[in-house]
Amino acid sequence: MTSYNLTHLRELEAEGIFVIREVAAQFERPVLMFSGGKDSIVMTHLARKAFYPSRIPFPLLHVDTGHNFPETIAFRDNMMERIGAKLIVASVQDSIDRGTAVEETGVNASRIRLQTTTLLEALEKHDFDAALGGARRDEEKARAKERFFSHRDEFGQWDPKNQRPELWNIFNGRKNMGEHFRVFPLSNWTEMDIWQYILHENLPIPSLYFAHKRVCVNRGGVILSKSAHLPEKEGEEAKECMVRFRTIGDMTSTGASLSEADTLEKIIDEVASTRITERGGRADDKRSETSMEDRKKEGYF
Amino acid sequence: MTQAKAYLNMDLLRFSTAGSVDDGKSTLIGRLLYDSKSIFEDQFETIKKVSERRGEEEVNLALLTDGLKAEREQGITIDVAYRYFATPKRKFIIADTPGHVQYTRNMVTGASTASLAIVLVDARKGMLEQSRRHLFISSLLRIPHVVVCVNKMDLVDYQEDAFENIKQDFREFSAKLQLTDVHFIPISALKGDNVVKRSKHMDWYQGPTLMYLLENVHIAGDHNHIDCRFPVQCVIRPQTDEFHDYRGYAGRIAGGVFKPGDEIMVLPSGFTTTITAIDTFDGAVEEAFCPMSVTIRIDDDLDISRGDMLVRTNNIPKVGQDLDIMICWLSRKKLIPRGKYALKHTTKDVRCIIKEVKYKVNINTLHRMEDAKVIGLNDLARISIRTTQPLFYDTYRRNRVTGSVIIVDEATNETVAAGMII
Repeated sequence: MTSYNLTHLRELEAEGIFVIREVAAQFERPVLMFSGGKDSIVMTHLARKAFYPSRIPFPLLHVDTGHNFPETIAFRDNMMERIGAKLIVASVQDSIDRGTAVEETGVNASRIRLQTTTLLEALEKHDFDAALGGARRDEEKARAKERFFSHRDEFGQWDPKNQRPELWNIFNGRKNMGEHFRVFPLSNWTEMDIWQYILHENLPIPSLYFAHKRVCVNRGGVILSKSAHLPEKEGEEAKECMVRFRTIGDMTSTGASLSEADTLEKIIDEVASTRITERGGRADDKRSETSMEDRKKEGYF
Repeated sequence: MTQAKAYLNMDLLRFSTAGSVDDGKSTLIGRLLYDSKSIFEDQFETIKKVSERRGEEEVNLALLTDGLKAEREQGITIDVAYRYFATPKRKFIIADTPGHVQYTRNMVTGASTASLAIVLVDARKGMLEQSRRHLFISSLLRIPHVVVCVNKMDLVDYQEDAFENIKQDFREFSAKLQLTDVHFIPISALKGDNVVKRSKHMDWYQGPTLMYLLENVHIAGDHNHIDCRFPVQCVIRPQTDEFHDYRGYAGRIAGGVFKPGDEIMVLPSGFTTTITAIDTFDGAVEEAFCPMSVTIRIDDDLDISRGDMLVRTNNIPKVGQDLDIMICWLSRKKLIPRGKYALKHTTKDVRCIIKEVKYKVNINTLHRMEDAKVIGLNDLARISIRTTQPLFYDTYRRNRVTGSVIIVDEATNETVAAGMII
């Protein structure tokens, strides 16, 4: 007798596809937020599966801080051509030039908070009513209570105390004019699920995820890539090390980890044995214990 | 076998835990995460520092499940929090819900997707009102497996009597409910007895540890694989040169097993046709079952859209506009008798009118209060509704997907009730 049981990856995939199809059905102008990181690569892959043999019936949006790793941008452009998706790039530099965002100063200056302004401006400009994001609930405690369909008011803000209950697989995307939804199809995935899925589906990912030689500085325990965007700190010594990135964000705040893992199999073994959370290397989360929760209320991803 | 290959044999278990601060629920979850090595060093360092700052003797594992700032300030869990861990056998999703009566709605939410419920009880206190509530909600929401963990056994000197008495009380109470698979385990979440590791203090207990049970409970039969139900989510029409005439119906199987060649009926039109192919991105499949997401193609050119349902001709669901449902009211705004609301059922959106409140259930005693007609936040009640269009449904008891609805306030767009079709 056949066993009608799915593996955990197939069940997560089926759930993600269901959620993405609900977005296409319940909203008029959805958009998929694509960062070039592994989570948004998996989400984009699920979107392709959801509508196959049609193309993804909505555009992808990249919020470009201007401080991205060149590898990420090259990967992004290559991938868009390969899958034939429409990409919109919203630039933080444009928001700064317009005066709606103000650049931070100092050695730890970052454009993380500025992304929120640019994202909200882009959603408004294109009149998007649902933005698909690759966030996972296991990433950070403020995300453990996030819904699949997360309602945002007309200012793009999240109200954690007033979230709609989400029961079974019935998603309520009803809203008033000017409001929008953030939707997270990967809510139930963990970092390990993502890697196993990338291996299983043989998905291309940016080379930054694999161990490579790179000139880095160690700043307060966080290993940062040396680049033109990283303000120099006096007395800091740059060294070449063998590193890989567990998350890919802004060059100025995404920490690398020392690693020899240069294949997906080795990465999975490393993730299984590693004892530090993937956001442990994100300087933006170290600002305070509740920095993610505070950013989310303002309208962050 | 390396980590990279082991995952191909893992499946997924969603379970809920309900309990209050005093039951040691957070400690139990912390223990499961910690002993299964799902805790990272930086997380552990953080809670260690906080425990020391508070002057606690041991590292307080309960702090691992702390959520939002507002909750940390109040020291309580007010919302459903989802947590994740995995063993080489299974991935687990915990819906961690608060146990107080004022959070019934959160318990119902957490229970709605769970295949197993952990009900925690303090060995010193025995079955309390809230234990009865947790069992009742598990029964109402049709959670297939229930595990009663008699916690804090260390505080009753690991005595068998204490455990057996509580077990007896629970047995008597659960006989009134429709629970099919109930297990009892004596544990100490604080000391780790029978959670992941077998206890050295309770030789009289021969049953499995909690982790063994979680890893081995049989879940393949929890979905309905008998009644074929396919609610259409959207229509796939590529209109490209390569797929010029392609027309497929995308959705997630809600019950039964579909195969190419099957004779099916389209609801509401009642037309019959044959499945020509079941497509996925990875190729056509020979069969599709719950909860797979697929695209179905059929033989005839029929007018099918979102909200329609494909079923087997020899097994059709109930079709009707007058329904009796058990509801949990989720909103501070009370139910309006004769009020009109939006209703969502599978992929179908309709409107409904509340015809009658039949009775409210006293969640602690299970008594039906036939005179209680005012339904507010956290109330459980049986009501009659009439919908603007026919729904194609099964009873909730038969199928949790085609037997559930949510009711939405048309003015605020809030989800105000969860309903189970009787």
